[in-house]
Amino acid sequence: MTKTGNSLTGKSLGAQILGLTRKQFFIPIAALLALVVFNLIADPSFFEIKMGQNSAGDPVLSGYLVTIFDNASELVILAIGMTLVTAASGGQDISVGAAIAIAGSVMLRILCGPDGKAAELQAPIIVAFIICCLVAMLFGAFNGALVSYFKIPPMVATLILFTAGRSIAAWINNNQLPIVNDISFSYYGNFFPGIPVPTPIFIAVACMIVIALVLKFTNLGLYSQTVGINPHAARLNGLNPEVIKLITYIILGLCVAVAGFIKVSRFSTINYSVIAKDIEMDAILAVALGGNSLGGGKFNMAASIMGAYVIQFLTTTLYKFNVVSSALPAYKAIVVIILVVLSAPIVREKISRAWKKTTSKSAKEVA
Amino acid sequence: MKKFLSIGVTAAMALSMCACAAQAPAATEAPAGDDTPASEAAEDETEAPAADDGDLIKVGIINNDPNESGYRTANDNDMKATFTEENGYDASFFYSLKNDEQIAAAQQFIQDDVDYLLISAAGTSGWDSVLTDAQTAGIEVILFDRTIDADDSLYVASIVSDMYQEGLNSVNWLESQGLDEYKIIHIQGVMGSSAQIGRSQALDEMVEANDNWTLVTQQTAEWNAETAEQIVQAVIDSGEDFNVIYAENDDMAKGAVAALDKANISHGVDGDVIIMGYDCNQWALEEVLAGNWNFDQQCNPFQAAYIDEIIQNLEQGIEPAEKVIVMEEAGFDAKTITQDDVDKYGI
Repeated sequence: MTKTGNSLTGKSLGAQILGLTRKQFFIPIAALLALVVFNLIADPSFFEIKMGQNSAGDPVLSGYLVTIFDNASELVILAIGMTLVTAASGGQDISVGAAIAIAGSVMLRILCGPDGKAAELQAPIIVAFIICCLVAMLFGAFNGALVSYFKIPPMVATLILFTAGRSIAAWINNNQLPIVNDISFSYYGNFFPGIPVPTPIFIAVACMIVIALVLKFTNLGLYSQTVGINPHAARLNGLNPEVIKLITYIILGLCVAVAGFIKVSRFSTINYSVIAKDIEMDAILAVALGGNSLGGGKFNMAASIMGAYVIQFLTTTLYKFNVVSSALPAYKAIVVIILVVLSAPIVREKISRAWKKTTSKSAKEVA
Repeated sequence: MKKFLSIGVTAAMALSMCACAAQAPAATEAPAGDDTPASEAAEDETEAPAADDGDLIKVGIINNDPNESGYRTANDNDMKATFTEENGYDASFFYSLKNDEQIAAAQQFIQDDVDYLLISAAGTSGWDSVLTDAQTAGIEVILFDRTIDADDSLYVASIVSDMYQEGLNSVNWLESQGLDEYKIIHIQGVMGSSAQIGRSQALDEMVEANDNWTLVTQQTAEWNAETAEQIVQAVIDSGEDFNVIYAENDDMAKGAVAALDKANISHGVDGDVIIMGYDCNQWALEEVLAGNWNFDQQCNPFQAAYIDEIIQNLEQGIEPAEKVIVMEEAGFDAKTITQDDVDKYGI
């Protein structure tokens, strides 16, 4: 968590509020609150959760909130990796969407075999998943190597895979569109029979727990921030910035594999050109919404994850109010502009100065 | 530091070239050795086709990326199967989703002195000058699948799907179902694409003309199953009533059905909600056959046979009777579809 310098006693309420706005968590929480209040006023039934049955007769939970948590899962998982990459390398990986296409394609290739239409699974799902993780980590390492060892700016380095990724994905399956006919594969992107909560939510929570443990018990968080703030100083302190950066990209690769797994499992098939389209922008937006500096350095993982949920909350809200979905990016853009401007240090400085002026004036008036 | 950067950039460029190569794997199928005499001869006798390549007819085929969709994959496979050496063709392929790259490739094919240029244009504009060049070089241009904004004297024929007609087929079928009330979720393709415009127009007109037809929602899912699922999910969560899902391709219909299944809403034959899709993917036709969907409208990707016929006629000096050839396209009703249809029309 960020320090607020709020430990001094005797501060006025105004100063306390000011301190709160300086907290990194402020932005995503405020955005979330704004959305919640808006929806409460517009239609309180937004927050209803109903217990129903799906067509297979199994109990499932439904309602906007469930939809939000369900659909945000992939984004949350990507946001975890993207936060680390941003912190360590001071740039973003824009190839995650294309890499998801590759990961999903590998997965289906192994499960469906060469002809793409096998009636039963050609390999256990866990084997396919492990291989898919390895491949995705390999591509992550490729990006990471370009960034760390060749010192290419991350956006440029990952532009390569961004451009070529979907073609590679199609090539893996010989341009076929494989379909998994085994119903058990679809459990991971939908529901396990008998469990009313969508499986992606569990997977996302599991990823959050894992990354929380990793950040708590290893130096990954500290090291990646150090490298991001000043790689030379990090080197002088005995850290190898290249390796740290590489590791963050490999972790992002792992996140991509998990997200890709959920994505292909949702429909048991893949469409190379549209799967996870533009998800890289949402993942970057999640990091920005979390109040993290996109230039690297300090980060707050929980804020990023919160940012991802806010994005999905916004998307679902817009769908609910029948906003034309081709206009969705425009709304997101407006949100981004507001948030980025608000979180800019210059603006914050000005706001806090203006705030101080008004409070000191009112204090004088009282005196 | 700078050295590293420059090495890195060079490596990146080299790699991105590999990437380009991966995108256009069949771009260099033409035998290179034959090009030189052909292009020398071309200067003065452009009208003599296939003189230097034995009796092979040289065609340059510019298409969209075959990964774009199942439609495109089927289209590309059909082209590759038809324009073979056994059938008397020497074909070169180029793939891109970008108009400017396609135009550059067309320029290249003109320099390589192909006899025929077959184009499925990514965008409608900007083709005039390159097609004029082709005309001066005596190269016949045949458009397939997509039309362009150019004077029709610049090409000999254009083989297209009439998307509006497809839309009418679907909408007329829907009307023939005789429901008391049509409450439709309309899931559109990428806005502005010809498929979206034609297929939406047909439905919009019907909704306009009939009081008992209403659109519950009209959204674009940009051909994406997942977005379609979210759109339908949002309608279900809102509790609004609907009985038709009109999706402008199969993927989006699949996404919509996934949302219905989660909410235990019955669909298909004897179900509460009518499911309609487009494109006739094999798996989609199987859904229709199984009665999970009600109707699927074909968008015929098999233009190669039409093109082949036109070229063979032109070789004998017969101009095609009509400039714009609209392909026949069928629609499949769950009540009448057979396994043969699935095998024959599935892509």
